[in-house]
Parts: sequence; structure tokens; C-alpha cells
Amino acid sequence: MKADKLTSLRPGEKAIIHSLDDAEISVKLLEMGCTPGEEVTLEKVAPLGDPIAVRIAGYLLSMRLSEAETVTIRKVASN
Amino acid sequence: MENAGQKSVLKRKVALIGNPNSGKSTLFNALTGLNQRTGNFPGVTVDKKTALVRKQFGKQEVEFSYIDLPGTYSLYAKSMDEEVATNVLVDKSNPDFPDLVLIVADATSLKRSLFLAGQIIDLNLPCVLALNMMDDAQKAGISIDVQRLSNRLGIPVVPVSARNKTGLEELEQVLSEHNELPAYRFLDAASISWPAVNLVLKSFAAENIKEYPALYKAHQLFATDEKWREQLADAGFSPNTAQAEESLLRYGVIARHLEACVGKATGNAGFTQKIDRWITHKVWGYVIFLLIMLAVFQSIFYLAEYPMSWIESGFAWIQELILTSFPEGVLTDLIVNGLLAGLSGVVIFIPQIALLFFFIAMLEDSGYMARVSFIMDKLMRKIGLHGRSVIPLISGMACAVPAIMGTRTISNWKERIITIMVTPLMSCSARLPVYTLLISLVIPDKMVGGIFHLQGLVLMGMYVLGFVTAIAAAWVMNKIIKGKGRSWFIMELPVYRMPKWSNVFYLIYEKVKIFLVDAGKVILAVAVVLWFMVSFGPGDEFKQNQSRISEMEDVLENRVDFTSDKYNDHEFRDQLIYMDSLKADSINAALSILNSRQLELSYAGRLGKIIEPAIAPLGYDWKIGISLITSLAAREVFVGTMATIYGAGDDENIVPIRERMAVEKHADSGLPVYSFATAVSLLIFYAFALQCISTIAIVKRETKSWKWPAIQFTFMGALAWVASFITYQLLK
Repeated sequence: MKADKLTSLRPGEKAIIHSLDDAEISVKLLEMGCTPGEEVTLEKVAPLGDPIAVRIAGYLLSMRLSEAETVTIRKVASN
Repeated sequence: MENAGQKSVLKRKVALIGNPNSGKSTLFNALTGLNQRTGNFPGVTVDKKTALVRKQFGKQEVEFSYIDLPGTYSLYAKSMDEEVATNVLVDKSNPDFPDLVLIVADATSLKRSLFLAGQIIDLNLPCVLALNMMDDAQKAGISIDVQRLSNRLGIPVVPVSARNKTGLEELEQVLSEHNELPAYRFLDAASISWPAVNLVLKSFAAENIKEYPALYKAHQLFATDEKWREQLADAGFSPNTAQAEESLLRYGVIARHLEACVGKATGNAGFTQKIDRWITHKVWGYVIFLLIMLAVFQSIFYLAEYPMSWIESGFAWIQELILTSFPEGVLTDLIVNGLLAGLSGVVIFIPQIALLFFFIAMLEDSGYMARVSFIMDKLMRKIGLHGRSVIPLISGMACAVPAIMGTRTISNWKERIITIMVTPLMSCSARLPVYTLLISLVIPDKMVGGIFHLQGLVLMGMYVLGFVTAIAAAWVMNKIIKGKGRSWFIMELPVYRMPKWSNVFYLIYEKVKIFLVDAGKVILAVAVVLWFMVSFGPGDEFKQNQSRISEMEDVLENRVDFTSDKYNDHEFRDQLIYMDSLKADSINAALSILNSRQLELSYAGRLGKIIEPAIAPLGYDWKIGISLITSLAAREVFVGTMATIYGAGDDENIVPIRERMAVEKHADSGLPVYSFATAVSLLIFYAFALQCISTIAIVKRETKSWKWPAIQFTFMGALAWVASFITYQLLK
């Protein structure tokens, strides 16, 4: 388990949200259900590399890389 | 016969609130039908949808007054829309403050829905939770213990499906009788920023508010009141920290509720995932997008043409009818050429608006719109726009009016304003007749490289010019305009669903009504002013000319009736008919000269002469000046004005106008008026100038102020002048 940014996930990769680092963005992310301890999966990356969409709490949430950059995650060891 | 006790109607003010994509609008439509009206929330650009519905429950008649609040994820507003929602709910003196809040929750995404629901419960207002999309939830294998959820939340919970209209009667029954405050609070707010909350509680002890409303009030005071900000900061209050803490605690509570009431689904988003593989593919995503936009654009462009020509001929028929059945005079002229012409200019937009919003509703409802934003956001962000700006921009190639009405979906104020400001630069369909006339006048009709038609290439160039200028203007404005609030892309990509036809219908109905009522007034007023300017003129010369015209028309109308029995020698009668037609031709020729003179002597003509020094550097004379003025009604009026000025043909057939323009010479120099330089300069002018009162009116409607249309008119006019000046000076 090592701390990474949400932007470091590859498509299909799972992780657990560890912390939100930007006060203003975290407020918005928390409201949308991105709470520490929640599992996220990187579902897709827009064709131009930005924004991205993650599956969280049973739905698809999109965000810009600049926003994903503020989310610290711990990757779930793949088996 | 007054019997108040028996016949009293119970009045209930119900506010609908819910997440975007929770089916809130569908539920509102299902509850209210065509009773809904669109108004304004004071001071903001957000529309207020309300409806009065009467229902009989046993012996009791209830009058529901519904209000549909903008979709939001939280009480903490991030945009103007969301601010409206929260203002209504927290301010008891607000005229829209409800008796009851109907929280619309998406049963397939209960976790996020309960976040907002919890906040509403904690505001301590009577509320009911409608658990929408229960059918979808069941299909996805999610089972919800409704009774238990209701017990735990302390408010009534009613499962419904707004799409299939199930559960609505039960819901209305509950709405008609539920009056109680929530049985318990959702969250213990006392643990968040207690010193600050305590401060608020003590200061507003008279209002007897609870902890959470006090915390919420602390946020509001911090944002708006200088003195309070200091005091709250002294008490250790920080809005971001408090909000983050609240969100965390709420999700903690939600997790416990979900565990108790919801059977875990076996995660089935397969259908959406499969489609998304294509829709957001790095090649196919754009190909599909282009194909869809091409289809949308072509449909608006070509399909709208049929109803538009029906409207035109319908109005022409009515105008003709009035002209023939009413006595000639100023009043008849005002009705026919002022009011009816203006009204026709308003109604003519309905097909394009209806078609565009048909497509927008389909794209939005199906979930595709969010994907378009997703794949276009990075490109659009470079010029200060949002992924959501793409559809309005492209729609602007058909007509800027519906395109600007379509910018509602852009939640960030700055991004929305920039989109509104640059959309009229896209080449719309009203410019096409002007381009066609001018291009055919000076661009040779020949082929280039064997396959390309030169005139066609120039026309395409005009479209490219509009597009490139719009992009450049957006880039510049992004540097100049100061933003309110941060731009977000933290949004849901909803699952794909079949669009709901009634939603599509209601959206079209709403938009057409807004345009007719709000923009229609302005357009009609300007049409009447323009009518006045071309129908009246200063001084005796105008009057003299006018009476000459009517005398000449009398002569033209006093024709011989050749069908009478008197003319029994048919050969001679044919000769007479021929001579009569020669007479009519010569009178018509003289009339068109007088009509042209009439326009010259009118106020519009005088104004054309007054502005001549300003437009001479662009290569225009006062006659073109008149056309620039009358084009304000709509750009294509240019063609009709040219026809009147040169007394040639009508706006249905451009060949005689073009031929007449081609031989027009300057009185002093003898050089042609429509030289290559002048015509190209005019093309450029029409590409850039905001000569469209309908656009001005709708921008005023959408921004709720004259400031932005004024800025837009000025910057586009300045751009047109400078660009045409440079063009003319280089080419002459």
C-alpha cells in the first residue's frame, strides 16, 4: 500500500480514497460521494487524456485531471 | 349562499428538490402536466417553473402550488441555479417558501440522493421523500426496504416511477396531508464548529432555530456579512473545513441507513459500459459526434424550411386579405407592414427553436450530452469554454436564437456568458441569402481545380471565417472577463436511457413560449419602429412623393374590364389588352423609381445619408447604409431592401436585383458601386455585425440585463467596421 494520486490509476485499476488535499475541491468531491475509504475504479479517460471518469458509489463520476490531482489514493493490490 | 366550511380549498405549497438526473423534472411534469408556467426568480437568470394543480381527496379539495427548484447535489451552492434552490428553502420570508418539501431521490443511486435528503431533513422542514426510478432499481437488483427507510429517516417515503406514472396517487395523497416536521434530525450538527454554531444560536435565539439551520446560517453569514465573518473566524469557523466535516459525517450516517435498508446490487452497468466504449472512443467518439451534429444541423437547416415557408405564406395571405378588405391608410399599413410583418418575423423562428430543442432534449435525456462534454472539454477549455459549450456553438450555424437559449446547461457563469457572446459569430442561416446575392455579384461562376465551384468555396470560406472568429473571440474574452466562481467538471455521467417523449415535448413548449413572450415583445417593437422609419419622412418632399405614388397607383388600378360583352371583336380586344399591358409596364417602371425615391426621402433614407461618412471608408454609399439599418430586423431583409432601393424584382428572385446592382454607378465618378472591394467588404460586414434584433432580444432575456447585448452589439459592430475597412482599403 503506497500513497498515489488518483491520476496515476490505469483504466480498470481499483483504489481506495485516502484523502482529499484541496479544501475547495474536496467540498465538491465529498458531496458527490468521494469520501475517504470509498473504493474508486478508473473507468475511462477522455480521448484527449482529460477529463477522466471513475466509478464510485455505484455511478460514473467525471472530473478534470486538475481535480483528480487533489485526490490521494491507496492502490488495491491486484491479487 | 356562502358556505365557507364546506367548500374550503386546502392550499399546499410544495417545492421539488433533487439531484440532477434524479428524474425530478419528469416527476414535476407528471404531477403538473400543462398547468406549468415559467417565470423568473428575482435578480437571477434562472427560470422558475411553477404550477397550480387542483385535486379532490374524498371531500377535501386541495390546491397544490408546485415549484420546481433547479437540480442540485447539496445545499451549498456552487452555481446560481443551486443558489436559487437553497434561497427558497432557508428563507421563511421568501414568497416561494414551501409548506412541504418533496425530495426526489434516485433509487438506483440512493447514496448520493440521501446526501441532499439529509440536509433538507436537518433544515427541519416538513418533507416527503419520493423514491424515484424504483422500477430501474429493481431491474438492477437493488431492493429497498421502504418502510424501514421511512422509519429511520423519520419522514414519509413513497416509491414512485415518474416515467411510468406509478405511485403518483399515493404520493399526492401524502402530499395533501403530511404536515409534520421530521421525527428526528439526520445528523448531530452540534459536533461541527460548535463555538460558531453556538454563537449563531444565541444571536438568533428569538427565531428558535435548531443546530443545523444555525450551522447553515453561519455559512451564509460568513459569505455575506463582513462583521459576522470576523466573529465567526474568531470562533474558529472555516467554511471549507466545516463543509468537509459535515459531508464526511453525513456519508457515515448514510452508510448505516443503506446497510439497514438496501439489499446490495450485483453491479450491472453493462449496457451503458458497452455503448460508452464507442461513444467515448478516441476515434469513433468524434466520428459519432460529428455524424450526430451533422444530422442535427442538417435537420434544423432543411426540415425547418417547410414550416417556415408555410408561416411566411400564411402571413402573406393574411396581409393580402387585410389589404384588400380594409380601406387604404396609415392604420392598415401599420397593421400589415408594421405589426404583422414584425409578428411574422417572430413566429418564423418557432420551427428552428422547436427542432433544436427537440434534439437537445433527446441528447440530454438519453445521457449523450454529458459524453459530448466529456470528449470535448479539453479542447473547449483552451479557449475558456466548457465541454457543454459545443452544442450551442454548433447550433449557432443554423440560428443563434435557439443556440443561445441552449446555453442554460452551462452552469459556470463566465463560460456561459462567453458562449452566448461568441455564438452569433457563427454563420447562421439568415446570412445565407445575403452571402448568395453578394457572392454571385462579384465572384466569377467558374470551377477551380476541376472539381470545386469557386462561388461554393467562397461561401464555405464565410462559414470558416465565422467559426474561426468565434473561437478567437472566445479566447480573447476569456482573458478579459473576470470569472465568478470556479469552473468544474466534477459531474455525473448518467446511465443511458430512452428519452422520455413527454419531457421532450415540455421542453419545446417551454422554450417556444419563452421566446414568443419575452423576446417577441422586443422584436415586435423594433419592427414597428423600422416600419415607421421607412414609411414616414421629414418635409414636404416626402409627402409630395407619397401622393404622387398613390395617384399613379390609382391610374394603374383604373383598368378597362375586357371581359365585358362590349368587346366582341376578339382580335381587336387582344390588341387593346396588349396596349393596356404596355401602359401598365410604363407606370410600374415609373412607380419603382418613385418607390426608391420614397425610401430615400424617408427617415431611414435620411439616416442612411447621415451615416454615409461613417461607412464611406468601407466602400458603401447611403443606399447600402439604408440596407444596414433595415437589416437590423433580420439580415436577410438586406435582399428585400436592395430590391426596393433599385426598384428591381422582389426578394424571391435575386437575378433582377443582382443585374441591377451590377450596373449601378457612382453619380460623381461613374465607377461601379458594387466593385469587388465593396462587395467583399459587405460580405465581411455581414459576417461580423450583430444585425439581428432577435438575437439581441434573446441575449437580454437570457442574461436578464441590457448590459450584455449592448456589449455584444458594440464589439461585433466594431469588429465588422474594422475588418470591412481593412478589406476595402486593401482591395480597392
